[in-house]
Amino acid sequence: MGVYETQGFKLDNSGKRVVVDPVCRIEGHLRVEVNLDADNVIRNAVSTGTMWRGLEVILKGRDPRDAWAFTERICGVCTGTHALTSVRAVEDALDIKIPENANSIRNMMQLCLQVHDHLVHFYHLHALDWVDVISALKADPKRTSELAQSISSWPLSSPGYFRDLQNRLKKFVESGQLGPFANGYWGNPAYKLPAEANLMAVAHYLEALDFQKEIVKIHTVFGGKNPHPNWLVGGVPCAINLNDTGAVGAINIERLNLVKSIIDQSIEFTEKVYIPDLLAIASFYKGWLHGGGLSSKSVLSYGDIPDRANDHSAKNLLLPRGAIINGDLTKVHEVDLRDPEQIQEFVVHSWYKYADESKGLHPFDGVTEANYKPEGKNFKGTRTKIERLDEEAKYSWIKAPRWRGHAMEVGPLARYIIGYVQKTPEFKEPVDAVLKHLDVPLTALFSTLGRTAARGLECQWAAHKMRYFYDKLIANIKAGDSSTANVEKWEPSRWPKEAKGVGFTEAPRGALAHWIRIKDTKIDNYQCVVPTTWNGSPRDGKGQIGAFEASLLNTPMAKADEPLEILRTIHSFDPCLACSTHVMSPDGQEMAVVKVR
Amino acid sequence: MVETFYETLRRQGITRRSFLKFCSLTATSLGLGPALAPRIAHALETKPRTPVIWLHGLECTCCSESFIRSAHPLAKDVVLSMLSLDYDDTLMAAAGHQAEAILEEIKKKYKGQYILAVEGNPPLNEGGMYCIQSGKPFVEKLKYMAADAKAIISWGSCASWGCVQAAKPNPTQAVPVHKVITDKPTIKVPGCPPIAEVMTGVVTYMLTFERIPELDRQGRPKMFYGQRIHDKCYRRPHFDAGQFVEAWDDDAARRGYCLYKMGCKGPTTYNACSTTRWNNGVSFPIQSGHGCIGCSEDGFWDKGSFYDRVTDIKQFGIESNADKVGGTAAAVAGAAVAAHAAVSALKRARINHADENKEGN
Repeated sequence: MGVYETQGFKLDNSGKRVVVDPVCRIEGHLRVEVNLDADNVIRNAVSTGTMWRGLEVILKGRDPRDAWAFTERICGVCTGTHALTSVRAVEDALDIKIPENANSIRNMMQLCLQVHDHLVHFYHLHALDWVDVISALKADPKRTSELAQSISSWPLSSPGYFRDLQNRLKKFVESGQLGPFANGYWGNPAYKLPAEANLMAVAHYLEALDFQKEIVKIHTVFGGKNPHPNWLVGGVPCAINLNDTGAVGAINIERLNLVKSIIDQSIEFTEKVYIPDLLAIASFYKGWLHGGGLSSKSVLSYGDIPDRANDHSAKNLLLPRGAIINGDLTKVHEVDLRDPEQIQEFVVHSWYKYADESKGLHPFDGVTEANYKPEGKNFKGTRTKIERLDEEAKYSWIKAPRWRGHAMEVGPLARYIIGYVQKTPEFKEPVDAVLKHLDVPLTALFSTLGRTAARGLECQWAAHKMRYFYDKLIANIKAGDSSTANVEKWEPSRWPKEAKGVGFTEAPRGALAHWIRIKDTKIDNYQCVVPTTWNGSPRDGKGQIGAFEASLLNTPMAKADEPLEILRTIHSFDPCLACSTHVMSPDGQEMAVVKVR
Repeated sequence: MVETFYETLRRQGITRRSFLKFCSLTATSLGLGPALAPRIAHALETKPRTPVIWLHGLECTCCSESFIRSAHPLAKDVVLSMLSLDYDDTLMAAAGHQAEAILEEIKKKYKGQYILAVEGNPPLNEGGMYCIQSGKPFVEKLKYMAADAKAIISWGSCASWGCVQAAKPNPTQAVPVHKVITDKPTIKVPGCPPIAEVMTGVVTYMLTFERIPELDRQGRPKMFYGQRIHDKCYRRPHFDAGQFVEAWDDDAARRGYCLYKMGCKGPTTYNACSTTRWNNGVSFPIQSGHGCIGCSEDGFWDKGSFYDRVTDIKQFGIESNADKVGGTAAAVAGAAVAAHAAVSALKRARINHADENKEGN
């Protein structure tokens, strides 16, 4: 390859190769290799999904009503979103309409996941890319208190509170057992926060860890547990009973009050802790606007959160739907998940085999035959000991999905850009407010920081929308409707001999869809294209790079041997590798018996 | 100086009286009786933190997510004050070679003293390269770190049994941890995921009593996996009375009747859900209207649909445990189903009649 251009980026793999494996603080297993020029600027980036589980082949021949439970186990971090996508796919295939209450409850569960996932991502997976924990030891608790009180009315902000926390941290560090903070990149010049901001952020890291376990109780009320609550084709499994005998065994007023109080707390925590922290941290990093990658060029969102039940058209979805390509922010293209010309997956650089790899395949006709082949003239190592991958050959367990041939970025930033371009006030206004607060132009949105900020804004949006659907549920019950499930087509004997359908959601990480074919009441084919398949995509036959790879380009590293900037940008996508690397069609089944050791 | 759990609590303004109350509550919740509370207190007051290496194989991270949901103790206090979570790729600050260096350090410095916690499992197909870490098969890393561990905790159904990626036809040949590590004491904590407080309960038990909890024949802690969900289910009286949900959202569902006919696997599933419940006791699957899918049982993905009725339960017999049932289930299955059907039909007829009378009054 040497040097070439694609999507407006110049790639050069001649410089020093740096390998980061494992990339930690993500879900699943990811490897990143970059080439640095003489000034330690990233000039080539290679991202590799390093795990694969083969869930679709496992789904073949099973009861479609069970598929939600299997696919839910694709990911325990974005727990529930695959299950929701799955029941929607089955309902689409079998033309099952769900009750309004079920739609409100499902939306609350999905929004609950958005709030939880975004909060945990920001504090527990991403914050250490911006926050220097050890620097917090040097902070003045009094000034930390002043800082905290200047940005929020959150009550845990006294000098004594921060002093106690600092003492605890001090003893922890002095113990010599640093636990998860061991070997971090503390003191790296890419950390920009003053000590006081670091101490405040560490306090909120711990508070958020305590609080996140409360948010998910909404899943527990409606789905019985979290992670991995229960779902149902045709509605939701929890019945509503407000007045009658046995109400204590169903959704009753006490349960609804619990949900309401969690929604209130979620809104408060998001607005008094998460958003102020985000803005405070961003204000120190607004000079570091790397990591935009594909966000200013090609973004995609399927849309989600149907206002009324059973209408999945764009106008009924509260999260925006559409595609922007070639950086043309004046046009949002229609997206059709059934159109064989729109979404296609390629495997030229993936460890899978197609009969004709020059062509992509639509998920309804998807084929995945595993073909583990670390090779190429630049490959170094052996089959079971990889030292350097060759991006000119096959190099990842992730396929390369494309929308009308374009590599796309998905996720909160994609959703907010599309919502902004569509001039939807609830997306446009908060973005404008943040840009104004930070005194940065619109172009600042297309960055690592922009991705991180969009996630925070979406968390706040989702918390409020939970309240909207809570109110809607109450109003509907008040109007006399307490139905939660449609069982007309529960029995497989009432299904057509063959059917196919697609279900979609906006997972916290981005656009997610499942395609199902049902034959003789069993799953005949099941395909998922998930957010990290889009973002973590390897190159395609034309050499086009995916969103992770694009985002790393042209970023200067403060220290070549400390991958802080790489982690910061990759984490801003909230990668989920267990999601992205499971894809496999029935055709792959044969390999299961070939290589058993 | 190493800060102990007790010191942490004191510094946060917790009185000694509250601390001792915490200890006796912990003793009770672990089923140990109040007499053991002083030993818990002593252990928490004096011990340095045990290093824990938490590895991830093929998995979905639901076990880690569950762990951080723990309400008592708080995940924050477990990680900062009770143990030393020296390696966990989901949470740790470092990455790449800085992360992997920690493995070497702990292996040498704490040889034979660290706990190896495993989430997920190793695939063996393709030389193990369906799960690659640092360019090498995960199974190598697992074996390498297991060699000098004191004990292994197999978190969740992946590490304990194989779980979803090992469901038929198991394309990656994913195997549970005990299939590749055979020479170390191993505690299985199954569930998809396990309950948060069960996870922290197992860890706290080991740190407190410096021993492995008593295990059943399958390697699960008896204190949490000794009984079936059915045995302690609050809907059990409806089962015994023959009152069943017949369709989703029917009147029986709204009244919280038994979900057996909707495929509930509570009668064959050993777990603490119906007693400990989930997310600090808020609910558990049956309470929220869906049958148990049996997620803590070996091979639960391959036992038919989640909505098929289980056919191998006995009508009565709370006293049975996993060991006994394992040995006798096959023999009694046929007879038990027949008996169940007859008994529940009789009872149902009787109860319905009684219900009608009552409502008539």
